Amino acid sequence: MGFFEMTKTALKTVMSRPATILYPYQPAKKTGLTRGHVAYDGSKCISCSICVKKCPSQAILLNKEAKTWQIDRFRCVVCSSCVDTCPSKCLFMDTQYTGPAVEKSVEVFAITYVKPAKPEKKDEPNQ
Amino acid sequence: MTKQIIVPFGPQHPVLPEPIHLDLVLEDERVVDVIPSIGYIHRGFEKLVEKREFTEYVYVAERTCGICSFIHGMTYCVGVEQIMNIEVPERADYLRTIWSEYSRLHSHLLWLGLFADSFGFENLFMNAWRIRERILDVFEQTTGGRVIQGTCKIGGVRRDIANEKLAEMSSNLDSIRKEIEDLTNVFLHDDTVRHRTRNVGVLSREDAYHLGAVGPTGRGSGVAIDLRKTGYAAYGKLNFSMVTDSCGDAYSRCLVRCKELFSSIDLIQQAIRKIPDGPIEVKVTGAPNGEFFCRAEQPRGELVHYIKGNGTKFLVRSRIRTPTLSNIPSLIKMLQGCELADVPVIVLSIDPCISCTER
Repeated sequence: MGFFEMTKTALKTVMSRPATILYPYQPAKKTGLTRGHVAYDGSKCISCSICVKKCPSQAILLNKEAKTWQIDRFRCVVCSSCVDTCPSKCLFMDTQYTGPAVEKSVEVFAITYVKPAKPEKKDEPNQ
Repeated sequence: MTKQIIVPFGPQHPVLPEPIHLDLVLEDERVVDVIPSIGYIHRGFEKLVEKREFTEYVYVAERTCGICSFIHGMTYCVGVEQIMNIEVPERADYLRTIWSEYSRLHSHLLWLGLFADSFGFENLFMNAWRIRERILDVFEQTTGGRVIQGTCKIGGVRRDIANEKLAEMSSNLDSIRKEIEDLTNVFLHDDTVRHRTRNVGVLSREDAYHLGAVGPTGRGSGVAIDLRKTGYAAYGKLNFSMVTDSCGDAYSRCLVRCKELFSSIDLIQQAIRKIPDGPIEVKVTGAPNGEFFCRAEQPRGELVHYIKGNGTKFLVRSRIRTPTLSNIPSLIKMLQGCELADVPVIVLSIDPCISCTER
């Protein structure tokens, strides 16, 4: 008899709680590793532009003269390649997704990193 | 002689997750011929390889498909590693196997849901996807992405899974196995499902072999080809038996996929038991110079990545042949002679992935 194979599963799902959540009233599930969006800290950025070269979707632009770092969220595929390769650790992955937008735009951040002054050279004994 | 008419099927059709267009030549309600056309979502990935560094192209290769993304990334990485003679650490090989098998679980459960939807069994569709959600949660906890994992890199993997987490995954799979048993029981024994799938879209063993059917489509017709038996990644160190069936109808293809769910769970649990400790990546220097033809078993069948490099960091050529492309000739053979009402079930029975096919 193959008529009532589904009955057990159907009854179980009727009696149990819904498998879905009432998003956005309940927050979406997130884990520590969730790739939400790339966050940037301008005070640590040394303007090496490795993130620009390593971005597979060419979403990042760095302007050394204007001291700005910009990201196009519509191009970014959140692969976290820039985060892994950043030598100064100024990029990190936030677990929250970015909100919807009505028009295309880029996010521009100012680079506020100040190169620490080199320690003065000690006078050599002969001079 | 009955008058022939042409009925278009797709590219937008409720049963199709992705756009493929079939012109069905009908005599009354019977399909006598099928003219397929693809090309609605071509993205030019194979050309993009010339513009991206070979280490960054992994992320592009992975986005070829939204379902078996991990295996695309892995096959590309294995190809480049073979050209550059890179020995991947054993732990990385095992982790790749574990994620590949989770991809297979995720893909087959997705397909079972869509298949149930194609013959109008909505309740079964939602139950299949409820179980699939648990697999996606594991992906998010271990890789950070639910569908695009992004953990494979040339020379190993980007993330490790802690041994405690692996043990937890293994015990969770026991409860997932029970849920899948209930689910597959309905697919394989319910009369309504059997009525819609038995003797529908029959593909004989000879036809499957000559038309180049791959994966569950070929195995459902008795063609015993499973690339995992070639032993790439850690498959050579794990025991599993190939699932085949001889009837060659839509029910057989469903049966093969149902049984593969259990073999995937077994493979993951075996891999978790055997995984050694150690590094997960090796340093990669230089650039690929040479060519390689890399093959792997996707949930839908044999995947081929042809990669050619000339010693610079940009590859010269990448060619991807996906399983659905190989299965379209078989699909046309199955559709010839069927009833119009059975077309959605037969089209779904090869598990078409059109984004893959068009690259």
